Amino acid sequence: MRTPFFFIIALVVGAAVFGVALWKGGDYTFYAGYVVLQFIVLATAWNILGGYCGYVNFGSAAFFAVGAYCSVALHKFDPTKPLELCLSVWIPFTEIGFRACSTLNVSFLSPIFPLPIPALIVFGGLISGIVGLGMGYLTLRLRGAFFAIATLALAVVLQTMVVNWDYVGGSRGAYIIRPSELTFAGIKLGYIQYLFLIMMLLSVIALTLARLIERSRLGYGFATIRDDELAAEACGVPTLRLKLIATTISGMLMGMAGAPFPYYIGYLEPGTAFGLSYGVNSIAMPMIGGTTSWVGPLVGALIVATLQQWVTVTISSEWGVLIVGLLLIFFVIIAPKGVVGLVQATRRRFKTGEH
Amino acid sequence: MDPSVALFLNALVAGLLIGGFYAAVTVGISISFGILDIVNIAHPAFIILGSYIAYIVNQTFGLDPILTSIIVLPAFYLLGSVVYQIYYVSFEQHGQDALRGLAFFFGLLFVTEVILILVFGVDYRYVQASYIDATYRMGTFAIPMRMLVPCLLSLLMVALLQMFLTRTFLGRAIMAVSQDQLALRLMAVNPVRIKRIAFAISIATASVAGAFLIVIQPVEPSVGREYIGRVFAICVLGGLQSLPGTVIAAMIIGVVESMTSTYYGPSWAPAVSFGFLLITLAFRPAGLLGR
Repeated sequence: MRTPFFFIIALVVGAAVFGVALWKGGDYTFYAGYVVLQFIVLATAWNILGGYCGYVNFGSAAFFAVGAYCSVALHKFDPTKPLELCLSVWIPFTEIGFRACSTLNVSFLSPIFPLPIPALIVFGGLISGIVGLGMGYLTLRLRGAFFAIATLALAVVLQTMVVNWDYVGGSRGAYIIRPSELTFAGIKLGYIQYLFLIMMLLSVIALTLARLIERSRLGYGFATIRDDELAAEACGVPTLRLKLIATTISGMLMGMAGAPFPYYIGYLEPGTAFGLSYGVNSIAMPMIGGTTSWVGPLVGALIVATLQQWVTVTISSEWGVLIVGLLLIFFVIIAPKGVVGLVQATRRRFKTGEH
Repeated sequence: MDPSVALFLNALVAGLLIGGFYAAVTVGISISFGILDIVNIAHPAFIILGSYIAYIVNQTFGLDPILTSIIVLPAFYLLGSVVYQIYYVSFEQHGQDALRGLAFFFGLLFVTEVILILVFGVDYRYVQASYIDATYRMGTFAIPMRMLVPCLLSLLMVALLQMFLTRTFLGRAIMAVSQDQLALRLMAVNPVRIKRIAFAISIATASVAGAFLIVIQPVEPSVGREYIGRVFAICVLGGLQSLPGTVIAAMIIGVVESMTSTYYGPSWAPAVSFGFLLITLAFRPAGLLGR
């Protein structure tokens, strides 16, 4: 199937789901559905680096939070006030250093502020893509476990920076007041439905991108890194460049998933945005679904996120997290190829007539 | 004494004391990750488990937490054997599938933490012992006993482990497993058995480290997360396999963290070890004392 064709089909499916949700579901359907869609994007993004290249990223939450905090910063940004840019350099543990400031008049930006969510998504994706590229550079020489631990470290460093950044609320967190509804091309739409629609579009884009990568030269390059990086490099595969591309795309998509989040939750604090549950979920979902193709993260996210939402409502959120952890352990031990692998194995068995 | 000098010296002493404790926390990782090449990121979760066991026994029987942790050492040893057996059968046996092994330990970390939350809630728990409130004073120095006791005992533990690894047959076999498994097999030693023993020992150290932790500070289930980066930072900085390197790196991280929280405020302290880790990994992956 050609990519544009796939994209259109995915869009139609997405629109159909949205239509059914409007017709049958209440507000809760959209609140829960948003989370499921958000995890589809996160899981797909994780899989581009983790599944295709074999680099485990424990710091998904960091990229997600970068996107979310970009939105917070832009939301708080008031273009009618002059922007103050400061540079301060200090020698650690001493009083020696300097601080230079200059102000910039940015009132010409006021017509476009506050920015609409799609613009925030683009911006959040850009910044977290840059963070991803930076992480790629910093971890160039690292493989396997060292890479994974470095991503975890990156998440904590970023969290500490946000906690100490007063402009976005620091550890106190930030409130985002969103309108309850908005008019979109003459149609009145609840805000949560609007967010749901945006996230749906984003997950369609993410899935199409993942599928496109999988079937292109880029995807084959990624696969060589996963299978044997040394051999790939010896054969002339530009592993370094491919790795940087993968960390950038993966980071970008995670940031895009995070950008609308402050508007969804209404109150953002570092503990929520950097929560370990994002890290675990975005690893668990592709692992449970299957890491080798774009279908895996989709299936995994649908199963796990739906289950988690259900358990959170019926029992408690701790149980929801516990179940994800247990499923992750269960699948990596029993079914390393995930649900997709299980289905393929069953189909093959039926075709050959064995039982 | 000049107050700023006193402040500096107090921060230095506090850093060295906490560094001693970090050595106890990291020594398990140095064995499992450094020597055996098993990425046990769940180690901090086992430490927290140790803290909670010390807490329960202290609350019900009033027993000293560190003594408790030594009594339950065999249980942790057994737990370590079981975890290694699962890891070996499902991952290591089939060759190098590091990705899934990592996910396994990540899941284990998470499950342990959530179970502790479900059982004990997220309240901070603390223990009682005679030395916890005592402080030893010498001029402008104030050395709290709750820091000094874990520090000295953890240095003792690391020294004992180092002696075990370099002086006994079993210890040398453990060191050999990391270098040449085939040679070990040719000497009629089963490398899997040796690795299981070594991993079990590494988990057993978590019991003692957990007791030290709850003596030093109140504990809640997610405290373990801050230690993930810290222990790996220390382990990598110390050059992975070397226990003396681990102690030195632990002291360095302890002192730098203590200085940072004294001069910049405690909210910056977590970034120190992680920043150290990132820089070490990027520029000197072999560690300070690495080859």
